[in-house]
Amino acid sequence: MPHIACHQCDLVHHIPPLPERATVRCIRCGAVLLRTKPNSIDRTLALLLAGLILFSVACSFPFLGLRSGAAMQETALVSGVQTLYNQGMTGLSMLVLMTCILIPLAQMLGLFYVLAPLKFNRTAPFAGRVFRWYRSLQPWGMMEVFMLAILIALVKLGEMATIIPGIALIAFSLLIFVLAAMLSVLEPHQVWEKLGGNHE
Amino acid sequence: MNEAGMTAKQLGLISCHACHFLSRRPRLVGNQLAYCSRCGAVLHQRTPNSLGRTWALVITALLLYLPANLLPMTITSSLGDQQTDTIMSGVLYFMHNGSWAIALVIFVASIFVPLMKMLILTFLLLSVQFRSNWRPRDRTQLYRLTEVVGRWSMVDIYVVTILVALVKLGSVANIDAGPASGYFAALIVITMLAAESFDPRLIWDALEETHD
Repeated sequence: MPHIACHQCDLVHHIPPLPERATVRCIRCGAVLLRTKPNSIDRTLALLLAGLILFSVACSFPFLGLRSGAAMQETALVSGVQTLYNQGMTGLSMLVLMTCILIPLAQMLGLFYVLAPLKFNRTAPFAGRVFRWYRSLQPWGMMEVFMLAILIALVKLGEMATIIPGIALIAFSLLIFVLAAMLSVLEPHQVWEKLGGNHE
Repeated sequence: MNEAGMTAKQLGLISCHACHFLSRRPRLVGNQLAYCSRCGAVLHQRTPNSLGRTWALVITALLLYLPANLLPMTITSSLGDQQTDTIMSGVLYFMHNGSWAIALVIFVASIFVPLMKMLILTFLLLSVQFRSNWRPRDRTQLYRLTEVVGRWSMVDIYVVTILVALVKLGSVANIDAGPASGYFAALIVITMLAAESFDPRLIWDALEETHD
């Protein structure tokens, strides 16, 4: 199937055999049609496993401590959500819970479910569907935005109290870099090609 | 058949919006749906009702923009004093403290980007509606920009979450989320949905109509 239609302007392109590291752009609108990356699946899996480990650390240890005089306040990733919920801001707390914890976790697990069997040249049942869900959740996982928010909050709080960074904060910062690296080595087109034979 | 410079639509093909697999356009009767044979997504030549849905979402976002910016985002009480902050007063606070970089980040992410996004989508919708032939490549580029940049607007919501969760020091200092936070969160989610529901291929369809 050497033809592909641009997803942003619908122009059909014939795709010639490509070298190992290539980026193919639409000649009409400039959208990236596909990339080729060596060992894409292996490298994605490695970074994904690192990500899952860091995620479990980030969720189970204290995130930040705040000390002002004798008063001391410590928080974990989930307890911020809980505080909002207790204040009656249900919608907001759900939004943060979804975008920073549940969606990223679901994405990582889903991607693992699709890629781990692919590495051994097998396809998991409903792999196409799971990978499609993984892709459509992409805009809604916002951990890196949350990271920026942490930095801003630290500057704002730095003046009124002493801040004690927790282990979870370090794990979370590393997680952002690992996931960014993972996204840059994952090539959806290659995954789709490998899943291609599987007609559900 | 010369395929150079032809779109999938002209060739009787449908590109799956999820996995970009090219299928032959099936003959459908009534409410019948076609599914992608590779990933199982419903096949559409273009996103259904893209213009109507995007218009509705953009207008909703415009309405939410006012309360999100005018109402207080946080309510800080410290030793009996109570202070309310809107998004803009938060920006000014950081400016007066000399944290220029942070003031800029919040201003761009919370005030500038949502507004630009709504204006760009309105412009794209109007240009498609009037079947404009004006610089389609640049308009597609504008669309890509709104898609990539939108998520960063969420940063202020997270700042509030962190402050509310952390600053619970009883009478010494206490921060609560204000009413604007709900409007603002809705604004960002709706602008993201609007960008997703707009189909950039509509920009190019006007071109093909004039060539035919």
